[in-house]
Amino acid sequence: MSEKRDMDLTLKIWRQKDAKSAGKLETFQVKNISPDSSFLEMMDVLNEDLVAQNQEPVAFDHDCREGICGTCSLHIQGEAHGPDRAVTTCQLHMRKFKHGETIHIEPWRAKAFPVIKDLIVDRSAFDRIQQAGGFVSIPTSGNTQDANAIPIPKDDADTAFDSATCIGCGACVASCKNASAMLFVAAKVSQFALLPQGKVEAKRRVLHMVKQMDEEGFGNCTNTGACEVECPKEISLENIARMNREYLNASIK
Amino acid sequence: MTSLARKFVMALSGLFLITFITIHLLINSFSLGLWWDGEQLFNQGSHFMATNPLIQIMQYILAAGFIIHIALGIILTLKNKAARPTKYAVNKPSANSTMSSRSMIVTGLLVMAFIFLHMKDFFIKLKFGDPLPHVNYTHEGVVESLQNDFSLLDLFANPLYVAIYVLAFIALGIHLNHGFQSAFQSLGAADKKITPTIKMAGKAFSIFIAVGFSAIAIFHYINSLG
Ligand code: SF4
Ligand code: FES
Repeated sequence: MSEKRDMDLTLKIWRQKDAKSAGKLETFQVKNISPDSSFLEMMDVLNEDLVAQNQEPVAFDHDCREGICGTCSLHIQGEAHGPDRAVTTCQLHMRKFKHGETIHIEPWRAKAFPVIKDLIVDRSAFDRIQQAGGFVSIPTSGNTQDANAIPIPKDDADTAFDSATCIGCGACVASCKNASAMLFVAAKVSQFALLPQGKVEAKRRVLHMVKQMDEEGFGNCTNTGACEVECPKEISLENIARMNREYLNASIK
Repeated sequence: MTSLARKFVMALSGLFLITFITIHLLINSFSLGLWWDGEQLFNQGSHFMATNPLIQIMQYILAAGFIIHIALGIILTLKNKAARPTKYAVNKPSANSTMSSRSMIVTGLLVMAFIFLHMKDFFIKLKFGDPLPHVNYTHEGVVESLQNDFSLLDLFANPLYVAIYVLAFIALGIHLNHGFQSAFQSLGAADKKITPTIKMAGKAFSIFIAVGFSAIAIFHYINSLG
């Protein structure tokens, strides 16, 4: 256990009333933050203080606080989900920061992710990409075949599972200098492309999802690899290469 | 054109230009006179490039390759800037990506500016300019009269020219360091096994090109000192 010392911090947080208003960075102080608390717990402390002072709390997204739902976001000290690797903001610990530090907290920045309020952005563009093809059309009524009846090589199942761990948080878009959504879309294409159930609709899926991705206004991937580094689920660039192959295949044949 | 289609065109035109630059370096290396009379071999190589019908056709394809690659690079940059209208107040891209991958437009435009200079000083003179003096080479009794393209290398007597030349090739080296491996990733030739090898090869290739062209220019500069 590292030595514990409660921290006082200066926070510079993006405040924006609503989607239409202009926003700006505002400065706040928080005191006696435990190094063992999570980043969102630190935000809770701030908001409790604000409420006690009759001020409007800072709006931010969160749900599971277990690193599995992909709801939390936040661009912290210049990085999506903060300076730690392979964690979401809810799993980021305050021990990653120093007593007296000034921490900048901003929303995801992308044209396709407009700010709704303060640190909350609208990520429904991801939902529309999923709806464009990120599924398998298996009827749930009638004689549905047992999934385990189809033999799948262990390696393929594992790789597909790795792709499926994408929680749709959008950190890839937030980190990319081009605000590209390639890593997310590639993970969603891959999780099906690798499995026999997904092969049937593979061509249609990749074409439709890429089309929707472009329509949402995400940028063009230039292979900088920032997404892979900042992704809390360590989704690999291999997924993008796989999607490129899938797309080439679907376009040629 | 979808974003992925642009990606493929960028990769293919890039690989095509990589092939060209490699051949160009090979011909430049003739001028060193390592294997043969440098002047004669260079003039013959240059003559071949200026007259061979296949190369004449390739010239147009090459020009198209350059134009597509550059135009697409500019379009991509504009589109990508538009995809993030509000910038981060604090951003730390050095934590997650290489400088060379983030500066493709800068290194690309530097190389483009250099290409214009190069066209003015070499290509246009070689092809359309006042005819350069001819030199005669006798081989087994046959006299061959060739334009003395080698004489253009006198430009390298100017240290400022050599400095610009070297800087342009450093920019190209940085461009290729990302571009080489990026082309393979874009075409889908990437996984945990081959990607590290491709990245290594890309690094080696970009150093080879930058050092190769620069060394030849410096060699002629030193030669010009007498
Ligand atoms: S690929 Fe990673 S960073 Fe992008 S949405 Fe999925 S989990 Fe988040
Ligand atoms: S709140 Fe669910 S992943 Fe952070």
